[in-house]
Amino acid sequence: MHPAFSVIFLTTLIGAGQGLFLALMTVQAYADIGALPLPDGEYFGASSMIALALLVAGLAASFFHLGRPERAWRSAAMWRTSWLSREVIVLPIFMGLVFAYGLLHYLGYKPNLFGDNAPPQGELTYLVGLLGVLAAFALFICTGMIYGCLKFLQEWNTPLTPINYTLFGIASGFTLATVLATGMAPELVKFYGGWAIAFTMLALFTRGASLIRNQRIKHRSTQATAIGVRHTQIQQKAQGAMGGSFNTREFFHGKTAAFLKSIKWIFLLLVFPLPILLLVFGLQNDSATLLGLAFATQYVGLLAERWFFFAQAKHPQNLYYQTI
Amino acid sequence: MPTLRNIGTDMTQLALVIDLNVCVGCHACVTSCKQWNTSGSAGPLVDERPYGKDPTGTFFNRVQTFEVGEFPHTETVHFPKSCLHCEDPPCVPVCPTGASYKRKEDGIVLVDYDKCIGCKYCSWACPYGAREIDEKQKVMKKCTLCVDRIYDESLPEAERKPACVLACPTSARLFGDVHDPESEVSVAIRELGGYPLMPEWGTQPSNHYLPRRKTQLKIHKDELVRVDNPQKKEGHLPKVDENENFLEDTASW
Repeated sequence: MHPAFSVIFLTTLIGAGQGLFLALMTVQAYADIGALPLPDGEYFGASSMIALALLVAGLAASFFHLGRPERAWRSAAMWRTSWLSREVIVLPIFMGLVFAYGLLHYLGYKPNLFGDNAPPQGELTYLVGLLGVLAAFALFICTGMIYGCLKFLQEWNTPLTPINYTLFGIASGFTLATVLATGMAPELVKFYGGWAIAFTMLALFTRGASLIRNQRIKHRSTQATAIGVRHTQIQQKAQGAMGGSFNTREFFHGKTAAFLKSIKWIFLLLVFPLPILLLVFGLQNDSATLLGLAFATQYVGLLAERWFFFAQAKHPQNLYYQTI
Repeated sequence: MPTLRNIGTDMTQLALVIDLNVCVGCHACVTSCKQWNTSGSAGPLVDERPYGKDPTGTFFNRVQTFEVGEFPHTETVHFPKSCLHCEDPPCVPVCPTGASYKRKEDGIVLVDYDKCIGCKYCSWACPYGAREIDEKQKVMKKCTLCVDRIYDESLPEAERKPACVLACPTSARLFGDVHDPESEVSVAIRELGGYPLMPEWGTQPSNHYLPRRKTQLKIHKDELVRVDNPQKKEGHLPKVDENENFLEDTASW
């Protein structure tokens, strides 16, 4: 497939936004049982707005993928059958919940719905936050399933696709939360950083599994099933057009196999070991610069990862476009 | 493998049957398709640099050529490719706006160009690459089976067929209802071994292809010799007497 930068930015930006929000809710959940000090409302408000900004940026990027963005409102119609439609519905719901969550915290409006003596404090923010957590995971699933549900794109058609989207989003979100905490809530830096490392390692495990799976994939469609001639030697001689077509532009990445391989190693380096090392050293030395660098490295790595994710998928229609 | 789940119901399923045995790869179906569909009410099909170095544009139909086998035992297969109007089209459920749909009454898979947002997701979901975006109108386009002419009662009945079918000089393209067991297309599929493309994905394409067939005549040795030859002189042609006068020797017109 031809990787589209609009979709690469959409999926990486909203993933980091979702992860950042989940990081905030993790801290609130810990704080409610007294395992962590609860940061002030301003911290939650500011961090929620940064998560929201990432979601808005991702949504804006997605519009560049559309031929007719002015009709985008129509895309919520087919939620019964289309994962894309479901994503279009869940994303604004999630954005609304993140906004409400941040605003409630910032204003300090925390009425306790079950009476003042009930143990979890700030019940309303907790409720909005839990709905946000549900929406965040629903959104990860929708985003992943847009690709995972296409059964003949065999590189994508695996539960590992939504799992990877989820873990990459959470890992980058926790890394970002670590960076943001250095300025706003220094007592949480180690907490976030620890989880960022853990989720990054988990993502390495699942992405590694999908890389191994894809390396040994056996494509079910062949030149023989494509044209229905039972022969082991079939060679295309003409594709019916000499100047290329939508089919040649949309479904081929147009790069060499060596380039593809180099992107794979670049993302494996930038997403996993480098950010983990930077996080470890940043946490040890209380260095905001190193932590910032960890997030920047991981985000750039995720752009490469997403590019590779698209480029690696071999669409069966390519069997009809082997030669001019 | 394809299932027979939807086949044989009362519902009509219009489709093309393409005979690879007689297709000569002349592209008449391509040009007639482009001509008809660029002139319709949906607006022109994009054509960039049609006379330039890299002409490109949206087509509903393409004729491709494949070579099967290794020289000298090769065979050239001209292969017309268009939307197969699958019984279970994977491109339809993924459409977020409902612009892509399959008509209940005749099974044609269509795009509502006024609803399409140009997200291209349906083209990703088609294993055959049958859909091509119109890069000027920014909406997805595909073969309509000439839905704007097959029901047009102002046309003589014989012309109420897709443009490609009418244009084919070798009658390699048949058009009809594949759910009607007695239709020309169903008989052709049944009797000439019609097959669907990429059956492994369960899309159940309605369009079928008829395979290349070699017409072989088995001649037995005794058929080479005329058993009723009265002179039993098979193989000996009558010799001409060289001194004899022929008509050519006497008359010179």
